[in-house]
Amino acid sequence: MTNSIAEVEDAECIFVIGSNTTSSHPLVATRIFRAKEKGAKLIVADPREVHIAKLADLHVQHNLGTDVALLNGIMHVILERNWHDRSFIEERTEGFDDFKRVIDRYPPDKVAEITGVSPEDILRIAEYYASAGTASILYCMGITQHTTGVDNVKSLANLAMLTGNVGKESTGVNPLRGQNNVQGACDMGGLPNVYPGYQPVNMLDSQKKFESAWNATLSDRVGLTIPDMLSGLMDGSLKALYVIGENPLMSDPDSHHVEKALKGAELLVVQDIFMTPTAELAHVVLPGASFAEKDGTFTNTERRVLRVRKAIEPVGESRTDWEIIQDISNRLGYAMDYDGPEEIMKEIAAVTPSYGGISYDRLEGPGLQWPCPDPEHPGTKFLHKDGFARGKGLFHAIEYQEPAEVVDEEYPLWMTTGRVHVHYHTGTMTRNSPSLHAEMPEGYLEMNHRDAARLGICQGDLVSVTSRRGTINVKTQITERVREGVVFMPFHFVESSANVLTNPAYDPVVKIPEYKVCAVRVEKAA
Amino acid sequence: MDYRTVPTTCTYCGCGCNFFLEVLDGRIIGTIPSKSGPANQGKLCIKGWHVHQFVQSPERLTRPLLRKNGNLSEVSWDEALDYTASRLKEITSAHGSDSAGFFASAKLTNEENYLIQKFARAAVGTNNVDHCARL
Repeated sequence: MTNSIAEVEDAECIFVIGSNTTSSHPLVATRIFRAKEKGAKLIVADPREVHIAKLADLHVQHNLGTDVALLNGIMHVILERNWHDRSFIEERTEGFDDFKRVIDRYPPDKVAEITGVSPEDILRIAEYYASAGTASILYCMGITQHTTGVDNVKSLANLAMLTGNVGKESTGVNPLRGQNNVQGACDMGGLPNVYPGYQPVNMLDSQKKFESAWNATLSDRVGLTIPDMLSGLMDGSLKALYVIGENPLMSDPDSHHVEKALKGAELLVVQDIFMTPTAELAHVVLPGASFAEKDGTFTNTERRVLRVRKAIEPVGESRTDWEIIQDISNRLGYAMDYDGPEEIMKEIAAVTPSYGGISYDRLEGPGLQWPCPDPEHPGTKFLHKDGFARGKGLFHAIEYQEPAEVVDEEYPLWMTTGRVHVHYHTGTMTRNSPSLHAEMPEGYLEMNHRDAARLGICQGDLVSVTSRRGTINVKTQITERVREGVVFMPFHFVESSANVLTNPAYDPVVKIPEYKVCAVRVEKAA
Repeated sequence: MDYRTVPTTCTYCGCGCNFFLEVLDGRIIGTIPSKSGPANQGKLCIKGWHVHQFVQSPERLTRPLLRKNGNLSEVSWDEALDYTASRLKEITSAHGSDSAGFFASAKLTNEENYLIQKFARAAVGTNNVDHCARL
């Protein structure tokens, strides 16, 4: 997030797009409730009528994968009505003219045809967002899990810059990150192209810096992303895969393909706390420890580094994950001798500029938000106050592109996937939690009542859902949350795993899969 | 009777809610939201209130497993770690460092993620390290 969670409640306008906030980030949703109480306007753009949409001053259900068109249409209206922030654009940004030429091609009539959102609603969104003193954008995987994920995010950045809604309190472009420490895993260099603190592996200065810090020779070749590693297993260029705390067999798109890839590994090591479907394919399974059994830190979606503290001993013979890695490293001949997580954090602070001022002593209490470059620095509540990291904020001229798979005669329904309030991801933790499992013991397919009537399907009927990748059976929930022609499935349930169906088409830049759009056929199960 | 409350951070979504785990004689018996948690201010969602349940599930993995004759069998830590290290060494010696890949994890701590990527880069010699951020 460019801004902080607490700032959301003081925004005059909140634009939620592609986020089922009450289910997936309930404690951010609380701030939206408070903002509403204080008089904020709430806009929700989501193909489903998610719960937060019921509170909205305006909810639009745009067609799946048409976010760029919708946002360009909103910006078209803002420019046409002169609601943009001229001084912010002049002083803080560049690329405006090229951007404007593209936006000119998205008048509301044309956008309405692409998105299914009326020109009147596009005008209202533009008016609410642009006329607010402070407007905050909240988005989640509904924006990013597309072949145009990067374009979608850049379009949101365009919208914020166009109206000067960045670099000040209660504004910003705010991704709600789905996992407790996905921010931290990125910050720590759990990515193929960067060392900790986003220092590029193919830049000589950073390579030299880490070679000296780690006393090792390092590769300057950018590594493989997860989809590329799976392809590598298929074509034999990758032989060994070591998976920690992840369940790709269920979480990655097109499960049948993933299973083939994993089975092709000469060595598959899975380090986890439960026997996941991925672990069942492994050559070695190493029992790690849960968050309650270790000390350390997580970094939340607002860049806040927070302490994790050990409450109990690791169960059975399981061990903390850092100790397991250290032991294997020593066996490979690269010595590691940390006496605990605090010592590792000292090394992190020494090599990671944005974490330079972070130490366990300073994390007693509410934690610290990076950038926190030195021990006296108080941390950073919101980013880009006096300038962007690259200097001027760059407008990107972005054209709308269709999703990779569109409906046709054989697969006539659009399918999208997401979370529910009581479950989490592949269900490894929540389905092993009796209270949560009892709330929702099985998966379901949301279908509009008109589609159901046409197909002769009643509430609770078992249906088979087929895409080009596979078929699953699941019970039907007939609803008006989705519009006619669209179905939705949560992806937590191994018995009816949505990712058997999803399309492994990726954003060309960041390789995020298009989980949010594929084409399916639904039939009453035999 | 030994009763303690341990302040910590939730392991589910990215909100970063703080709570106390209630520990009685070495077992976690409950979760209490922290009023001073900057994200949650004394509240929790349904997942947060029950976060202690999965930790002590009887389904937890408690011993290392190694595939022998097609089946995963319980082995000692030394055997599992020796096997992992020697196979990693064999494979990367024969096919180069980039023949191995590592998934870091959004579930692990910063310190553990730091160590995984350091291990992949410095000990194995590859930048093939990624995690579910793009998923």
